[in-house]
Parts: sequence; structure tokens; C-alpha cells
Amino acid sequence: METEKLNTVLFNPLQDAKAKAEIDAILEKNKDKPGSIMVILNELQNTVGFVSEELQQYVADYLHTPVSKIHGVISFYSFFTTQPRGKHIIKICLGTACYVGGASQLIEKIKQLIGIGPGETNADWTITVEECRCVGACSQAPVVVIDDEIHGRVKPSTLAKLLRTITTEEKIA
Amino acid sequence: MAYFRSHVLVSNDPAILKEGGAEVKDALLNEIRKNKLSGEVEIIDTPRISDGKQGPEIMVYPEGYHYIGLSAADIPFLVEEQFLKGRAVEKFLAPTPREKAQELRAPTPKEVRVVLRNCGKINPENIEEYIAENGYVALAKVLTECTPDDVLAIIKASGLRGRGGAGFPTWLKWDLTKKATGSPKYLICNADEGDPGAFMNRSVLESDPHSVIEGMIIAAYTIGASQGFVYCRAEYPIAVKTLNIAIEQARNYGLLGKNIFGTDFSFDMEVRKGAGAFVCGEETALISSIEGKRGEPYPKPPFPATQGVFGKPTNINNVETYANIPQIIFRGPEWFASMGTEKSKGTKTFAMAGDVKQTGLIEVPFGITLREIVYDVGGGIKDDKGFKAIQTGGPMGGCLPSMYLDLPVDYESLTSAGSMMGSGGMVVMDEDTCMVDIARFFMEFTQAESCGKCVPCRVGTKRILEILTRICDGKGKDGDIETLEMLCSQTIENSLCGLGKGAANPVISTLKHFRSEYEAHIYDKKCPAKTCKALIHYEINPEKCVGCTMCARNCPVNAITGSPKQTHVINPDICIRCGICKQVCNYEAVVVT
Repeated sequence: METEKLNTVLFNPLQDAKAKAEIDAILEKNKDKPGSIMVILNELQNTVGFVSEELQQYVADYLHTPVSKIHGVISFYSFFTTQPRGKHIIKICLGTACYVGGASQLIEKIKQLIGIGPGETNADWTITVEECRCVGACSQAPVVVIDDEIHGRVKPSTLAKLLRTITTEEKIA
Repeated sequence: MAYFRSHVLVSNDPAILKEGGAEVKDALLNEIRKNKLSGEVEIIDTPRISDGKQGPEIMVYPEGYHYIGLSAADIPFLVEEQFLKGRAVEKFLAPTPREKAQELRAPTPKEVRVVLRNCGKINPENIEEYIAENGYVALAKVLTECTPDDVLAIIKASGLRGRGGAGFPTWLKWDLTKKATGSPKYLICNADEGDPGAFMNRSVLESDPHSVIEGMIIAAYTIGASQGFVYCRAEYPIAVKTLNIAIEQARNYGLLGKNIFGTDFSFDMEVRKGAGAFVCGEETALISSIEGKRGEPYPKPPFPATQGVFGKPTNINNVETYANIPQIIFRGPEWFASMGTEKSKGTKTFAMAGDVKQTGLIEVPFGITLREIVYDVGGGIKDDKGFKAIQTGGPMGGCLPSMYLDLPVDYESLTSAGSMMGSGGMVVMDEDTCMVDIARFFMEFTQAESCGKCVPCRVGTKRILEILTRICDGKGKDGDIETLEMLCSQTIENSLCGLGKGAANPVISTLKHFRSEYEAHIYDKKCPAKTCKALIHYEINPEKCVGCTMCARNCPVNAITGSPKQTHVINPDICIRCGICKQVCNYEAVVVT
């Protein structure tokens, strides 16, 4: 599923037998839990990578809930996305300590290095750059999270090295 | 039984033995014998310590030092340093995940560890290590010897107040839920530590999850709850994982589930994950979120104690509050009440960040002064610059200038100084920090995180942010300060929940203590701290520039021109004032005006 998801932006998990089986398993496992919507959406976001409008409708039908309710939850929380994101995700922490520690310089440097800024995904869907709220690693500020791995005390001059694994793999500059 | 002061785990993984592990072990045994340490240091074989990719490795306890990439030739030096001189050998130390060692240092003399007592000391994924540190003794005592009223009396006598920030007496909250009618009753642990700059709860959950679980079971017994939730923010995946392991182990040991300790008390719990909404740290919003809805707060009353999650009586406490409970029961309320001030008892954890030498997690008794925290515990300001302000209480707190350094820290004193305790983030700022920019930063945060349900918060934060941005951009107008003051007081007075009520605090406190900086921005179009990009210029001092090309190579927008060994020049039209050139220049040739 992983590669298919990335090969095309138009990947529809509901049309993919394996992905659909995973989605159904998540729904079946959690449907009777009190407050199940949050649990289900969290798991779907983690497994599928995004919750498209079509998938929201599917969840709503499964739970016998209006789709407006599902969409309300999706649009409220920043972790839920309705579109696929890049294969690699670079997050720049904008917590207080990171901000004071020079997070905005890191953003400029990332723009220079890979050509995209926060909230953007590059053309071949390999990298998404995001700003994020405090990840709680303030003693190591400023912090950059690359594919869930936290890197502390990042300087503009050390960023290129940090990103090298990704940039080499994806053949970027 | 022989008593060893040190235990050394040596990996006997076949692959590692082949890579020189066998020689390392022989050398180790040899050196230990040679230095007559055989009676003090025990060598134990263990299958593998890490992924085995780092060559021969050993683990030294009780320090927990993990040495990697060893060869037999390194051993004499290592044994001498580690076992004879008692020093860690830095060059072989494995990097720890998230640099835990750095987050939590050895306590300074002014610190007292209650909540953090086990952090970094025990393996959080092994319940037996927690039990060995008197874990679950308090629970056993409560379930077999105490009635719920006895527990309430103990907690009341200890003087424990909510560590989430508001400081509501814990016993009173429990008593309200206990007396409420309705069944089942729920218990929630608020682990939605969203304040930027705060990471105490994450550390406790990641390194001592059982203390929170034990505290929760005791609370559940006291109020009569049968189901518990830990609401943890999605930004803390490791905390969620550690907690789930701990809950599973507690269940296997019969500490969660039916008939705990053979009594007729049953309680179980699960972790619920947030999804990146700051407002969910507010208790009513958190309840909405657990119910699977948009995390919007609702007016109180009804209070959660009578009508909380799924409409049932619910008790909500912070991670740190629960983590204190087992120690209070175990060591007695008198011990706990002996620490702190008259109204605030015990200790408080703070996450120190920003421009101090020693950032990281600290735990200090209430009543300690801010000066002691910054200079004695934190080691003073980085690069020996001047202290400008300390920001406490997260985005709803305030910035306190140096005149408050001798303020004893407790709930009341911080509030009366115009800040607040909050959950315990402390960000220290040196003289290079622009206070208008900081106010703008916090307002940007609150404005983005405002859920939009009530108008004063939704519109108020937006308008305040617009004015602050304008001031930082050098477009401030006469009258802006007065408009800000009016907007701030209205947002505070009329908002529904804690987010709106506290949103304006950073602006009010900086206006109060650093008004001259606002005025400099508005009337003189100057940023005294030289931070606000629209009001500063970068230039290269030709007398100092040696033409090393360092700045030109690092400039993200190629605004710097100049040949090697020639003076470089910054083009102000291209320059984005990011300051990278100043940072990389080794000759202090880049100046800000």
C-alpha cells in the first residue's frame, strides 16, 4: 500500500483491497467504543495517511452517523488531513523555546534547500514541510522532526547534513 | 549474598562476540581482577543490549551507562575511569534517545525530587523496577486498610493542589465527584500538555508511567470510578506507547481489572489520543474530545464532577497531580506538607527552556525564588548575557521582568504578579529578545488555537494579533496601545473558557513591564532588541570583514556579494533579515542597525 499511495495522488484506499481490509478492521474493532469517532479517525489517519471526503462518507455510513459530524471532527483537529502528504514529513517546531531559539531561520533555510515552505508538498510528493506546535523537546530547542525522529539544537548550517538522507534518496539538489 | 556496587552487562550475542566482543569480555574480566575489583563489580552475560550495529557494547549499572564500539584495547582505560575513578567515559557513551540524560540532570542542591524520583532511574517498560522502588505499596495500603474517606483525609492533610495550573484543592475535587450521584463514574488524567515550552508530563509518562497509573487507581477507589481515561496529545507518541505497555503490565499483575488485590474494587483504564488541538487541555473541551466530538469547551456549571464525560460524574486531574498521590500515601501527608509555602504544599516540576545554561526538567519545592531557579538551578543566562524576562504559565501566562526575580514561587504569588503557575513551562529570555515580538508570537498561537465557539475569543485574539503584527512591521499607529488594552480586557472578561480568559495575559504583562518597547516600535520605528525584521538592517563592517565568503555561502537568498578576500556587501533589497550571516561570521563583521 505504501508505494501505491505515493505513486499517485489519486490513490483511493477504498478501491485498494488491502487498504480497505485495514479500514474495515479499524472500524469493526472500535465501532462500539464510547466516543469511537476520535479513536477511529486517529487510527485511519495513521494507517491510511489521510482521511479523504470519500473515506469520511464511508465511516459515516458504517457508524450510522451524519457525515457532517465526521467532517466537523476532521476539520477541528490539525492532525487530520484530507489529502495525502509527502513520503517524508519534515516538521519545524514552533514552540516558545524553538521560536526564541531561531526556528524561523530554519524555515528560511529549508526553503532554500528543498524549495518548499511550511504547508507545502513538493511536486513529486516526496516531501511535505509542516510547522508544528511544541513537541515537548524544549530543552533541545530549536527542534526539527524528520519522519517522527526528533533532532535537537539544529542550526541553519547543520540542516543540510540532517536532510541529506532524504535529499539523496529523493535526488533533490 | 554478595553485594556488588556495580553490575556490568556484557552482550554475548554471537555476531558481537565475533566482532571482538569475546576479547572485550576477556579484557574486562582481566582488568577487573587486576584492579582487585572482583568483589565489587559483577559481570553478567546478556543476549543483546541494542541493535548490535555498534560493535561490542556493555551496560554499566546502577549508572545505566551504555558504552558502544569498544575494543579490547579500550578496556584498561575504561575500567580505570569507570570503576576506580567513578567517572563516565564520554567518548564511548551511546547517544541516548531524545538525550534523556540532558533533559534530566542530577539534581542541584535546591531541588527535591518527588514526582521525578524514578525518572531516568528505572526502566519504564518494566513494572518490576517500579515495584522495587516501593511501587504499588501505597495502593495496597489504600485498598486493604483505608476507606475512601480516609484517603480524602490524607490528601486533605497533605494540602495537594491541582498541578494542571489552576491549583484547585485536589481533595475537594475528589470529594465533589465522590458525592455526585450517577453511575458509572469516570476518572480522567489530563495528559494534553499543549503549552509550548512545557514537557514535564511527557517526561513523567515516558519514564515513570506507573506512578501515574497508581495515583489514578487510588483516586478511582476514593471517588468510586470504574473506568479511567488518559487523554494524551498526539504529539507524544512515545508517551502513548510507554503508557500502553505499563497499563498492559499492570493488568497482567492484577493491578487493573476486576477485584484488584482480591478486594471487590474493580477499575480499568485506556489511553485516548488527541489530534493536535491545544484547547483540548481545557477540561470541558477534553471531555468533548473523549466523547468523539469537536473539542469545543462548554460553559460550567454543570461541572465535570456532576456531569462530565458521557454525562456522568467525572474527576479530571493532571498527570503530575496523580503522580504525587502514591508518595503522599506512602510517606505520609505530614512529610508532603512540610515542603512548600503556607498555601502551596509540596514540589512542582518545571520545564526550563530558553536562554539559560542548563535547560531541562527541574523539580523544586514551592516557595523557591525565581532567582534561585534561574541562577542556582539553571546556572544563569547563556553566554553571560543580561536577564530580561521569565515567561511562566505558557501562552496564557505572562512575562516577568527582573524586579520579580526574588518572588517566591507559588500559585498566588505568580498570579498576583500578573503571570500564572500554569502547568509549569518556564522560558527564560535574555536581552536579545523583543517583548513585542514575543507577545505577537503567543497571540499567533492562541489565535490559531482558538476553537471559534465564542465571539470574544475568536474575534478578540484576531484583532489583537493584527495590531501586534502591525506594530512589529513598523506600521504601528498612535492609539494602538490603548486599543490593545481595551481589547485585552474585553477578551479576558467575556470569553467562555480558560483559553480566551488567558489569551491576553502575555500582551497585558508585556505592556505593563515593557511598555517602552512598544512605544519605541510605534513612535521611533525602532526595535530595541533588534529582532523585528521590518525595523532592522544587516550590514557588513568593512573594517572587520576579511572576505572569507562564509556569509555569502550561507545566505539563503544570495543577498551577499563579494569576491574572496574582498569586503562583502549585503543588498538590503534582497536581504530577508534572517540573521544567518551574523551567526556564521567568525569575525563579528555583521552588524545589525
